[in-house]
This record gives sequence, C-alpha cells and structure tokens, in this order.
Amino acid sequence: MKNSILAGLILMSTSLLISTSAGAGAGTVEVNSLRGESDIDSPSNQVVIKRNISDQTPIARAYVQQPPLIPHKTKGYKINLKFNKCLTCHSWANYQKSGATKISLTHFSGRDGEAMSNVAPRRYFCNQCHVPQANAKPLVENSFQSVEVIK
Amino acid sequence: MNIKSLIKTLRSPSTATLGSLLVAGFVAGVIFWGGFNTAMEATNTEEFCIGCHEMKDNVYQEYKETVHYTNRTGVRATCPDCHVPKPWIHKMARKIQASNELLHKALGTIDTPEKFEEKRLHLAQNVWRSMKSTDSRECRNCHNYESMDFAEQQRRAVASHSKGLESGETCIDCHKGIAHSLPALYEVDPSAVTGNAGH
Repeated sequence: MKNSILAGLILMSTSLLISTSAGAGAGTVEVNSLRGESDIDSPSNQVVIKRNISDQTPIARAYVQQPPLIPHKTKGYKINLKFNKCLTCHSWANYQKSGATKISLTHFSGRDGEAMSNVAPRRYFCNQCHVPQANAKPLVENSFQSVEVIK
Repeated sequence: MNIKSLIKTLRSPSTATLGSLLVAGFVAGVIFWGGFNTAMEATNTEEFCIGCHEMKDNVYQEYKETVHYTNRTGVRATCPDCHVPKPWIHKMARKIQASNELLHKALGTIDTPEKFEEKRLHLAQNVWRSMKSTDSRECRNCHNYESMDFAEQQRRAVASHSKGLESGETCIDCHKGIAHSLPALYEVDPSAVTGNAGH
C-alpha cells in the first residue's frame, strides 16, 4: 500500500516536471480559449440579451423535414412531467377551440414506429425541435437555397 | 368595584349628559372601526401572505417568475390584488372563508412540498371556480375590457379576445396557470401530458 502511494507521488511529480519544462519550451504557441482574449478576471465578450419576438406571420419551411418554426412568444411556457403548456393549445383535443395548429400524426409514434394513443414521450419536448422564429443572421456565410417544392 | 355594583351601574340610566354620551360613543366608534380596518388591511399585504412557508416556498416562488411580478415597467400585482376582492362585502366574505385556511394551516394539510403538490389540483380548481363565478372580478380590477385596444394587441390575442369575450367567456377560462404553476393535468386535460403518467 505504502509503496503504491510512493510510486504514485513519484509519477505525479515527474509528470509535473515534464509538463512545466514542455510549457516553457513551447512558449511561442498562443492558445485562445473560446471566450476570447480577455483576461481571466475580466468579463468575456458582453452577452447581448436576445429579445422575445412578438407574434408574426409564420415563416415558411426551408426544407421538407424542417420542424415548423413557432410564430409567437413562448416566454414562460413550461414543459414538465405534469403538463406541457404548448399542448394546452396544440393537442388534438384543444386545437380547434384555441385556433392553433394541431401537432402532426408523426408525434404519436414511438421510436419503433408503434402507434400510441397520446403524444409519444420522444416527441413531448416541443422546443427540442421547434423554436420561436427570428430573423437571425446566419452564423456562417452560406449559399443555402430552399428546395423548389416548398418555395 | 365588585360585580354586583358593576351590574347595578350598568343597569341604571347614565347620569352623563346626552351630548357627552354621543361624543364618547362617536370617539369609541372611530377607534373601533379604525382599529378593525387597520387590522384587516394588515392581513391584506403580501408580507402577511408569505408569512407562512406554505405560500412563500411554493406559490410565491413560482409567481416571482411570471409577468405579474417581473416585467418591463415594474408595475406589479401583489397576492391580495388577485385573491382578495376589493368591494367591502365580498372582501369580508373572503376573510371569513380564510378561517378555513387557518384550520388547514394548523392541521398542516400542505406543510411539505409533496403534500402541496398532492393538493395543487384541488386548490387550483377552487380558485378557478371562484374566479369563474365572479366573472374574473379581481382580474378586471386592472384589466378593463372597455379599455383594451385590440389594435395594440398581438395577432393571437385579438383573435381569442374578440371570439372569447364576445361569447361570454371570462378571463380565467383561458388564462389559467399564468401566475403559478399549473397543476398536473392528468385528469383535467390528458392530451397536454405525455403517456398515461400518474395513472
């Protein structure tokens, strides 16, 4: 037991020695973290708080399998084990009264394709796929074009 | 003064002048009425409501995340604004009802988060029922239908308000769970919960 602890200590100290000497040798390599070049004790780039966008007309899908965007605010809408705020309007039982779009039939099939009598657990967390729409700039410049059939 | 002479004094007509009796009665009335209303108002503050951990740890915490507590302009509602009627007679009725809440405070009916959660649906339905029966009177203390400018409302709000309110629906019919967490909807609306959890 004692021997193994001693061996561990020796290993640790040698590795520490090696790493410090390597660090000194490779001093010319600059590594930037994702938070930018700001000092560790100063705040990184200021986070701009995004505003919730009010109701708008829906933006069309850009590709066939795209989950439709949400054309309204979802601030404060909760989804948990006990209730799903979205479904209080978008479920098949509620959509007519609320005038909302009903969730599609695909939400009723389980992972093995089995038909279920209520929304499938894997389709329960709406905002995993559906997000409120915003006129956000693309993060990366690209030449994406919608397919012809849904243009 | 022993009891016998006290009773005798009380039974015999007062020797004071009518004027001083009236003044004394008036002053006593002011003190009593003022004291009564002061005590009543003291029970009508948010500090009083969240003096109990049942309110402070459950509904108040949920409430703090909602628009009635935190918003752009900082105008906010406190517990009694929504839960205690403003008109005097209804306010008294509600205050008398509150004795039932004192009983359950003493019994510890909802003194743990688990017990509270167990009762949440029942408690929520009580509030929904009473708001429905008063045509959402407490909502309308601030939200005056006459003063609503549909042109300023969101697309969805205009559609729902013009359809719902015209057909005699009231605020609480749609605006449930806006200031506190909704109860589990297994029984109320199974279509808004996944699977058959809870059954």
